[in-house]
Amino acid sequence: MSNIPGAPGAADGASAPEAVGERKVSETLHFARRNPKLLIGSSIVLILLLTGLIGPLFVDHGPNEYVGPQSQPPSSEYWFGTTTFGQDIWAQFVHGLRSTFFTGALGGGIAFVVGTTIGFVAGYKGGIVDEILNMLTNVVLVLPGMVVLIVAVAYLDVRGLLVQALFIGLTSWPWAARAVRSQALSLATRDYVDLARLSGRRTWRIITSEVAPNMSSYLVMSFILLFGGAILIAAGLDFIGLGPAGGVSLGLMLENAVGWSALQLGMWWWFIPPGTGITVLVGSMYILNVGLDEVFNPKLREL
Amino acid sequence: MLELSHVHKVYRVGAFGGARLRAVRDVSLTVEPGEVVSLIGESGSGKSTIGKMVLGLTKVSSGQIRFEGDDVSHIRGFSAKKEYYRRVQGVFQDPFSSFNPIFKADRVFTMIRSSYFPEMSDADWKDKILAALATVRLDPDNVLDKYPHQLSGGQLQRLLIARALLLDIRLLVADEIISMLDASTRIDVLNLLGDLKERGLGILFVTHDLSLGNYVSDKSVILRKGAIAEMGPTRRVFENPLHPYSRHLLSCVPQLHRTWAEVDAELAANPPEDYLLPTVEEGDDSAPLTEAEEGHFVGIDQS
Repeated sequence: MSNIPGAPGAADGASAPEAVGERKVSETLHFARRNPKLLIGSSIVLILLLTGLIGPLFVDHGPNEYVGPQSQPPSSEYWFGTTTFGQDIWAQFVHGLRSTFFTGALGGGIAFVVGTTIGFVAGYKGGIVDEILNMLTNVVLVLPGMVVLIVAVAYLDVRGLLVQALFIGLTSWPWAARAVRSQALSLATRDYVDLARLSGRRTWRIITSEVAPNMSSYLVMSFILLFGGAILIAAGLDFIGLGPAGGVSLGLMLENAVGWSALQLGMWWWFIPPGTGITVLVGSMYILNVGLDEVFNPKLREL
Repeated sequence: MLELSHVHKVYRVGAFGGARLRAVRDVSLTVEPGEVVSLIGESGSGKSTIGKMVLGLTKVSSGQIRFEGDDVSHIRGFSAKKEYYRRVQGVFQDPFSSFNPIFKADRVFTMIRSSYFPEMSDADWKDKILAALATVRLDPDNVLDKYPHQLSGGQLQRLLIARALLLDIRLLVADEIISMLDASTRIDVLNLLGDLKERGLGILFVTHDLSLGNYVSDKSVILRKGAIAEMGPTRRVFENPLHPYSRHLLSCVPQLHRTWAEVDAELAANPPEDYLLPTVEEGDDSAPLTEAEEGHFVGIDQS
């Protein structure tokens, strides 16, 4: 006798997603391990993440303390050199990476949650709910996000990483909402969604257990793009002087370097690390995204 | 048991919902226990929409659907709807899209269990599933613990019927359940419907196939452009069609032992007597029926 669904040992509602079949998971893994874009992208992101997480533990002074000789090029003692004021650029870099990841994860995360929720509800419910949510999405979409952020951040008294991430999250969700809505719109008309309704399932259960799993790769990729976007917006804000007060981030480092004429003075070690950091981080995230796309989408597989 | 009275369904279409599409127009019919009622019509005749409205998946624009005395056309609240689905279930046209492709096929049983039988013991549940599978003549070893793509259309369709039988249903809405099946498995499913009828279930059988309607049903309803063209006991409707549309439909069925030319010649030689159809004024949405003989109704001409 074979397994009876719902009986112990058989796949039931809660454990079904894991049991989705070793076949399918291993197939994804098979292609994931052979995709150079995915491997390169994820290892660079991972290395930078570890640097941001572990690096500050090995630096025994704060990023903004005046610790060494002024305007020193990289040496064995100060790996990335020092600023005009004698701050250790390596310390600033690792702390900056940490806060950059924080803003990216939190800002991207908020945008992801808001965007997917609105997208799912609009796409699944349809009708008047869809009209209203879609109008809201479009209004936020056409707001000049950067300008709103500048105004909001400039007039706000508390200027920490948290507030910055919150504002980025609350302004960058619309495209994710639109993308998820269009997918949900097509998935919601499948017969198995109707069947789940006939099985006495609540709307949110249907969305999370019928619709969302069918677009999980899509959701992962939206999160990565939102993450990278949030990092870029944060760097832009920092660069024009609206970054977190008293903190440090890659964007703030760039701002300081430009503000104290590092470019004209030839202090390349001041502006190259943060600039490269942002570029490499966001760039490898986009490469990671393309790699994931190739793994999840059979039509793009080269093998 | 099931009673539709003057049910309309109007869709708003076009930009800003300006135009109106009348999908179902003034349909009244009844389904009694142990009776199979066929809804026969071409694509776009509103037959599936009627099925969806009975299942509560589509809202009714006006009119009433009563099930065992209760108005079910505007069920409010989740629990009331859930109770309704305990007695009324549906099976859809496409068995392949009725299963969520990323989960195992028998998850449709698990959903029923978690919604309706959370307290049932594993052993009882197992017996219940085996009984339902026996009713639809499926071998449990062949169908349980498999993914939808590993099963044939006929097996999937019968799994869905078994799923409906897990609940103590009184009415089954079968929406084109035969059309995606091979000829060899069709007859099994049709005979299964016959068995269910013997058990006292009312069946609303939606089809575009006249011969299937003739084979399986006690009562036939021929729909055209959302309105009833002809309704009555299947034998009477098929032996003595009165509405020009039903006559035309029946003359389009290929006959094994005669060519088209012979059929046309015979029809031209003794044309059927015209029946006086009911008429409505321009702009009137109703679609009255006249009773030609006992239980045999004829509707308006919409050509």
